[in-house]
Amino acid sequence: MSRSKPMSMMDARILVPALGESFKKLNPRSLARNPVMFVVAVVSALTTIFFAKDIVTGAENVSFTFQIVLWLWFTVLFANFAEAVAEGRGKAQAESLRRTRTETQAKLLTGTDRKSYKQIPGTSLKVGDVVLVEAGDTIPSDGEVIDGVALVNEAAITGESAPVIRESGGDRSAVTGGTQVLSDRIRVRITAAPGSTFIDRMIRLVEGAERQKTPNEIALNVLLAGLTIIFVFATVTIPSYAAYAGGAISVVVLIALFVTLIPTTIGALLSAIGIAGMDRLVRFNVLAMSGRAVEAAGDVDTLLLDKTGTITLGNRQAAEFKPLRGVSEQELADAAQLASLADETPEGRSIVVLAKEKHGIRERNLAELHGKFIPFTAQTRMSGMEVDGSWVRKGAVDAILNYLNGSPSPAAGSAVRVLQPTVSADVVREINAIAEAVSKSGGTPLAVAKDGRLLGVIYLKDIVKGGIRERFAELRRMGIRTVMITGDNPTTAAAIAAEAGVDDFLAQATPEDKLRLIRDEQAKGKLVAMCGDGTNDAPALAQADVGVAMNTGTQAAREAGNMVDLDSNPTKLIEIVEIGKQLLMTRGALTTFSIANDMAKYFAIIPAMFVAFYPQLNALNIMNLASPQSAILSAIIFNALIIIGLIPLALRGVAYRAIGAAPLLRRNLLIYGLGGVIIPFIGIKAIDLVVTALHLA
Amino acid sequence: MTANGWIQILIFCAIIVALVVPLGAYMTRVFNGERTFLSPVLRPIEIGLYRIAGIDESREQHWIMYTIAMLFFHVAGFLFLYALMRFQEFLPLNPQGMTAVAPDLAFNTSVSFIANTNWQNYGGESTMSYLVQMLGLTHQNFLSAATGMAIAVALIRGFTRASSRTVGNFWVDLTRSTLYILLPICVAGAIVLVALGVPQNLNPYVEATTLEGAKQTIAQGPVASQMMIKHLGTNGGGFFNANAAHPYESPNAITNLIHMVAIFAIGAGLTSVFGRMVGNRRQGWSIFAVMGILFVAGVVVCYWAEASGTTGLNALGLTGGNMEGKEVRFGIPLSALFAVVTTAASCGAVNAMHDSFTALGGMIPLINMQLGEIIIGGVGAGLYGMLLFVIIAIFVAGLMVGRTPEYIGKKIEAKEVKMAMLAILILPLMYLGWSAIAVVYPTAVASIANPGPHGFSEVLYAFVSQTANNGSAFGGLTGNILFYNITGGIAMLVGRFIMIVPAMAIAGSLAAKKSIPESAGTFPTTSGLFIGLVVGVIVIIGGLTFFPALALGPLVDHISMIQGQTF
Repeated sequence: MSRSKPMSMMDARILVPALGESFKKLNPRSLARNPVMFVVAVVSALTTIFFAKDIVTGAENVSFTFQIVLWLWFTVLFANFAEAVAEGRGKAQAESLRRTRTETQAKLLTGTDRKSYKQIPGTSLKVGDVVLVEAGDTIPSDGEVIDGVALVNEAAITGESAPVIRESGGDRSAVTGGTQVLSDRIRVRITAAPGSTFIDRMIRLVEGAERQKTPNEIALNVLLAGLTIIFVFATVTIPSYAAYAGGAISVVVLIALFVTLIPTTIGALLSAIGIAGMDRLVRFNVLAMSGRAVEAAGDVDTLLLDKTGTITLGNRQAAEFKPLRGVSEQELADAAQLASLADETPEGRSIVVLAKEKHGIRERNLAELHGKFIPFTAQTRMSGMEVDGSWVRKGAVDAILNYLNGSPSPAAGSAVRVLQPTVSADVVREINAIAEAVSKSGGTPLAVAKDGRLLGVIYLKDIVKGGIRERFAELRRMGIRTVMITGDNPTTAAAIAAEAGVDDFLAQATPEDKLRLIRDEQAKGKLVAMCGDGTNDAPALAQADVGVAMNTGTQAAREAGNMVDLDSNPTKLIEIVEIGKQLLMTRGALTTFSIANDMAKYFAIIPAMFVAFYPQLNALNIMNLASPQSAILSAIIFNALIIIGLIPLALRGVAYRAIGAAPLLRRNLLIYGLGGVIIPFIGIKAIDLVVTALHLA
Repeated sequence: MTANGWIQILIFCAIIVALVVPLGAYMTRVFNGERTFLSPVLRPIEIGLYRIAGIDESREQHWIMYTIAMLFFHVAGFLFLYALMRFQEFLPLNPQGMTAVAPDLAFNTSVSFIANTNWQNYGGESTMSYLVQMLGLTHQNFLSAATGMAIAVALIRGFTRASSRTVGNFWVDLTRSTLYILLPICVAGAIVLVALGVPQNLNPYVEATTLEGAKQTIAQGPVASQMMIKHLGTNGGGFFNANAAHPYESPNAITNLIHMVAIFAIGAGLTSVFGRMVGNRRQGWSIFAVMGILFVAGVVVCYWAEASGTTGLNALGLTGGNMEGKEVRFGIPLSALFAVVTTAASCGAVNAMHDSFTALGGMIPLINMQLGEIIIGGVGAGLYGMLLFVIIAIFVAGLMVGRTPEYIGKKIEAKEVKMAMLAILILPLMYLGWSAIAVVYPTAVASIANPGPHGFSEVLYAFVSQTANNGSAFGGLTGNILFYNITGGIAMLVGRFIMIVPAMAIAGSLAAKKSIPESAGTFPTTSGLFIGLVVGVIVIIGGLTFFPALALGPLVDHISMIQGQTF
């Protein structure tokens, strides 16, 4: 995706092709998708026939009829134009995606041992085939790394130029067709059938080819169709009433009244609003697999957010050294620093930094020490260092205690441990008290021991992201409940939850717990959104109403979710919700505006229509329009121009403010409801002045 | 306009507001099947009725079964009533020897009464036997009103229930409405009316000789018993042709007040039932407020128009308002008030000649009905009609808070919108469509008494009144011809049942949905903002459909009057 050249909606590269598209969309089959505009097109055609007849018969007022015909067609074309502009950027993106998806050759591994390969076109790969991809190759199709590690450049789909690591096993095993391997070689099992790869789906999505009407759009279309039918009744009965009064109304005028009354404004912009909403997500580097998901995002009641990476920075940092009685802080800091010297994890680095900043302990030179680094393993749950017969360890409190008591099998380098010191009950009680205090304040305690002696605890603190508290407060005002999901124990979880300002938390969460939480919320009638990346997240992602899969995640997760975040940034869930709300709001605002407009149109056309046989009705001409013909013409011109005028708003969307539903409604009702009543009075009057000045009627 | 007039109007409004809570509380208990103070007497009767009819009151119905039960019940009611009118000369209680009612008139009248319309193309005292009046008409007055309540309660249950297949039992709701609500009030009310001078007898008509020596026949009958249900059930079919203007139907200002209060009582109380059943009384008050605002606005315009009189009369020095077609014992304020009440509430009883109102004064009743009888509205019908409009209003503007619109915890989706639109668009189809045919069909045009726009209003009013199941007549139009009997009958049937069936479909769809808990992001539906929004949507969507017709009728009429031209 060409993120480097962001294209404005009003870019000539979009507007010019859109002009041509507007005419192409006059195809009845494409018009039929939109009931309101279809009706307008039908009556425009009808009016054109009447106009043709008028020319042949040499009737009066041909110029007036001609102008009406013209503006009726403009109304249809403007609607088509709005849709074409909305589709424009997606089309441009699809083009650039197609260019990246060059015809690739795949190295299909054959034979039982899968040692040799043969070159075949990437498009002929089947699900289950295993291919070899080497440095410089383009990955031929979506798949899963089953062997090896590689650096992959995914700029083609994410726009992000920094390469990412893909490796077999774990949560980073998915690779996407069209991306390029930069180093090493991997074996990939193909998981997508030709034509349904991620990039294929992406092309169809941004192009709008797969666009289906969403539930809310369908309901809105029903309403608009209903209103249109009501106005059919209101207008087709008029000639009969007029006949009773001894007058006659021309069909052209009736059609003009009809078209101005039916909700053409929203009818014309409805699909543009939907496309623009999807597009806003795409620009945000989120791919929604359906419009339904975008709508659901606006309705979300509960957000499930993973603690790590979403609420807190991914890494914990050392905040304090808490020594046991009889141990100096300096001594603890020194031992902790020594234990962490070779530890390249962010936590380890932060311990070294804290020791230096707070206790002035200079960083020792690893090479000079001739020490032996003991790496962290899942079994020992600790790491450390051995130098000249002396040793240090840091790790989970219970792991260190067990180590000191020698109950588990001795760790590597146990030869040094000649003695088996045991820890007194007092010390155990003390260290547990410190550890619990740390947990309660949201931190993680790491015990430190040196040469058989327990020294104290390193307080690793979870750093809550800046500004996240305000975001949650905002969500609360939107009526959305936030639930933090974490593997931490309940004490730690509660402390972080309080600090971050989430409404609730789920501690020591397993994937099953997550799924249960989602089901419980849904049973209460709530809509749930979450994001995830691991394979074990897949069931929950599928169950959630809005499941955002991280692009870095596994193939299973990406298929279970209904959105994919190409940037793999879980905080985006909040913006996704806002975009969903914005989409719904824009529809509501323009519907309200469209209906409110009708009042002024009645006051323009009704007196003009009947004044020939009921001159009294000129009293209703409150806008004081120049003549019946200019009144009708002004109304229909306004009706067409307002579509063009509102295209930017439809594409940009109505601004969402997290101020709660009631103030939001008041604000929007005032702007689009009251504004919708007033603006056409001014607009029609202004157009009437122009029409009169130009002697158009 | 006088202070005295305003005080009378205010007293009426105060009584209605005061009745909302007690009636609402009582009716809620009735519909929930809870014990009321009348249970010791009525419960055994209720159980007996179920036993006779073989109804298991604990067995609830799916919305389709509920609707089918209701429709069958009405088909039977129609056939019974039609037969009764056709064969009245062979049946007892016919002291005046009334002969069979003509087929088209009998059709129109039967439809009219089963549909809670009570449009009268006949004169009661000159067409119907006492048996028909009591067993046919009064009987249907009860049942059509009870049906309205049953449907309204079923729709309310749609909101209160979650993931439910059923919406109640039609037979039980019908029985309870009649037995616990309509009957007790009518029995008490009729006795009061008798005490205030309304006749209640089965005597033959009385021959009297007037002071001038002319012979006058004074009609008699069981009037009081029919009066009470006629108003309480928003039926409106008068015992006499002159309806509530007749001194036997409403002898004085007090009986007039009782009539008006009876018209609004149940409809107003049902808003409270709504609030109570959905578990938030403010929801009920919001609906009541929407109705109240539209009602008061109508009263103000109508009273002002009538009190201002016409330019022509004022020029002749005849100030003091327009008294043409009004009873002196009610005066301008009570005539204007009654006209607004009866058309707001789908009653159709009249105590003055609406045809003789000023153009604008007469336009208010017309608008009230064109909006679909949702301002308090027909018993039950007003509430479900209003809820349909609320659904549309919520759907249009609810999106503006950035969520799928929801009302009382229920998402408003395609199905609800479709059904609500169907119910709403059927109204203009009927009254605009039939009017369009009538005003160019020579036979129909011949029935019009006044030429020009006023005559147009007469035709429009007739079809609006029948479609909206109001039944009041503007007057001036000779309705008892084949054309109006048949077309009006169709308008009444469609206006009633094409409204009920979608409302029931919505009830079923809502009941099956989950209930969403309220949050800060939920569209607020108990605020002044919501009330204003619904009023706005009703005025705009309702108003848009009939503005052209109004322009050609009352508006031309009014502007001409100012310019000194009358029709």
